[in-house]
Amino acid sequence: MIKICVLVKSVPDTASMPGISEDGRSVVVEDLDYVLNPFDEYAIEAAVQLKELHGAELTAVSLGGERASQALRSAFAMGINNGVLVRAPVATEMSGRGAAVCLAAALREMAPDLILAGKQAVDDDGAQVAERIAEHLGFAHASAVNHLEVKETSLTVKRVFEGGYMVLELPLPALVTTEKGINEPRYPALPQILKARRKPIDEFMVSEPVASLALGWEVESLTVPCPERRRQLLDDNVAAGTAQLADLLRQEFLS
Amino acid sequence: MTVLVLLEPRCKLTDSNLTTVSAAARLARRLGVELHAVWPGKKVEDQLALLAGLGIRCLHSVEDGVLPQFSHEAWVPFLADLARFLETRLIVAPSSALGKAWCAALAARLGAELVQDCTALEAAGDGTPLVEKPLYAGKIVAALRLVDSPALVTLRPNTVPLERTGEETPDIQFHSIPASNGLCIIQDVVWFAAGTVELAEARVVVAGGRGLGGPENWPLLRDLCDVLGAALGASRAVVDAGWIDQAHQVGQTGKTVSPDLYIACGISGTIQHLAGMRRAGKVVAINKDPAAEIFRHCDYGIVGDLHEVVPALTRELKARRQPVA
Ligand SMILES: Cc1cc2nc3c(=O)[nH]c(=O)nc-3n(C[C@H](O)[C@H](O)[C@H](O)COP(=O)(O)OP(=O)(O)OC[C@H]3O[C@@H](n4cnc5c(N)ncnc54)[C@H](O)[C@@H]3O)c2cc1C
Ligand SMILES: Nc1ncnc2c1ncn2[C@@H]1O[C@H](COP(=O)(O)O)[C@@H](O)[C@H]1O
Repeated sequence: MIKICVLVKSVPDTASMPGISEDGRSVVVEDLDYVLNPFDEYAIEAAVQLKELHGAELTAVSLGGERASQALRSAFAMGINNGVLVRAPVATEMSGRGAAVCLAAALREMAPDLILAGKQAVDDDGAQVAERIAEHLGFAHASAVNHLEVKETSLTVKRVFEGGYMVLELPLPALVTTEKGINEPRYPALPQILKARRKPIDEFMVSEPVASLALGWEVESLTVPCPERRRQLLDDNVAAGTAQLADLLRQEFLS
Repeated sequence: MTVLVLLEPRCKLTDSNLTTVSAAARLARRLGVELHAVWPGKKVEDQLALLAGLGIRCLHSVEDGVLPQFSHEAWVPFLADLARFLETRLIVAPSSALGKAWCAALAARLGAELVQDCTALEAAGDGTPLVEKPLYAGKIVAALRLVDSPALVTLRPNTVPLERTGEETPDIQFHSIPASNGLCIIQDVVWFAAGTVELAEARVVVAGGRGLGGPENWPLLRDLCDVLGAALGASRAVVDAGWIDQAHQVGQTGKTVSPDLYIACGISGTIQHLAGMRRAGKVVAINKDPAAEIFRHCDYGIVGDLHEVVPALTRELKARRQPVA
């Protein structure tokens, strides 16, 4: 039976507003509400559908602490059977580079046939952890996939990009990141959510040398941008308002 | 030491490729190093006119081109070898789907940091590359100094200016890529009809939301797009309702756009939608509800029924068109 790992991450709910620490060097995210990264929901649903179709062993994998285990519980509720929490022994700040090295260490031991991940995590829109893992493991990979079919030893995917798409056949083992449109995630009912709370979670501890990769960038500053919008309401008489707007647009853009 | 730009041409060299070159050229000048670029397509000679005066010293081309028959397994190791050979300090690419995927794989091979989707690239006082990176759907902007070498950066379209000085064209150097071990097989590459304006790169975007009333009303917005040379955007609500393809969605789980002008028609202005268009130059909102959130995030607003306002605006704009000489 094919073995599928799904990478999941907890991210702050978009409606919440992260703060900036007093020294201006770090983002304060402790008090925010966390949700499963929306792109990871597509990856989970894709895995569950493959299981329904062909049978598969599904494991959700998340790197981090308590919040990461919340992501695993959300994955359980959506139909994933097993969960592995990947922990780094040192509590250093990690970029996508460091996260990928740690996750790859765990996934190498788990040896899945297929890894599914989101196209990007909407906290920092890093858009790299999954592809990096594939390269570390020597897996074939394709990003932003909106159609997926699994055969015996290969995978056919449709990969979208600006102005077109390509159809690729990837030999297994492979990694795919999911784009919106690949499926419609089914949201869990209460009993599944409650059951997910009691499910055991396995842990994988990353060895210290692997996890202690330093950050390759420094934060110079963090700011909250506030684009100055004029918020000028034009005449609500249709003819007058649109004439006014057309004049403004012509002056500002179309000259 | 060098700065290296990855061109990502699709059907042709887009403006986002050229502005990426410009941003990289400014940085290379500051560092006092050569700017090199890699062209993955066929017929490199045909690109020289477009690339003239942008500051590229040497253009690396793969003999038969890797696009459109692009193979990751052959291309990424080639780029990694080239970057090592050129002792590259910084690799820069447009933040398109392919540009981002190449850079993620390349960064892993080089053990380097990568910052995707940046909105500015400069040199800090001491010459260290400094990027501006939006976080949390653009609610926070970080300025990051890329102290490790090499580092990789992708740049969002329409965020950096194009600078051309003189006519100098780059030298061309041809390479051949050893046959790949063939992990993936490309079965098909499909390009959508040329001539449509690509949403992520458009200078003007007209977007429709649930206020449109139904898919039969898109022609109202398409006519406005035509007079403005705009691309058509949409809210998630109408994508989910099946009124239009997902490729048009603007927002957190859709595309991020930074046009000079964004016209939101019948869109309420939720935070997830704002995430995709916050950086537009000017925002115009047309909505029948004066209390709609979008009016708090626009430069000009018209309170009214879009079914009347949009066609009237199209007519007014047509009437103001400069007569063709
Ligand atoms: C995880 C997550 C990710 C999301 N990602 C995105 C995303 O990427 N992009 C996105 O857009 N949304 C996204 N959303 C959804 C978002 O929260 C909103 O549901 C969506 O943006 C609403 O779309 P809308 O403005 O078209 O519809 P509505 O909120 O229903 O607004 C319709 C507006 O049209 C106006 N209107 C109605 N009739 C007329 C008329 N005749 N003339 C003029 N105005 C009229 C109404 O006053 C109203 O303001 C996401 C949500 C979540 C939870
Ligand atoms: N800490 C993490 N734990 C598990 N999976 C992750 C983690 N970070 C990123 N991923 C996966 O990689 C994808 C891309 O993340 P990113 O590169 O951070 O945008 C996400 O959608 C997840 O599937």
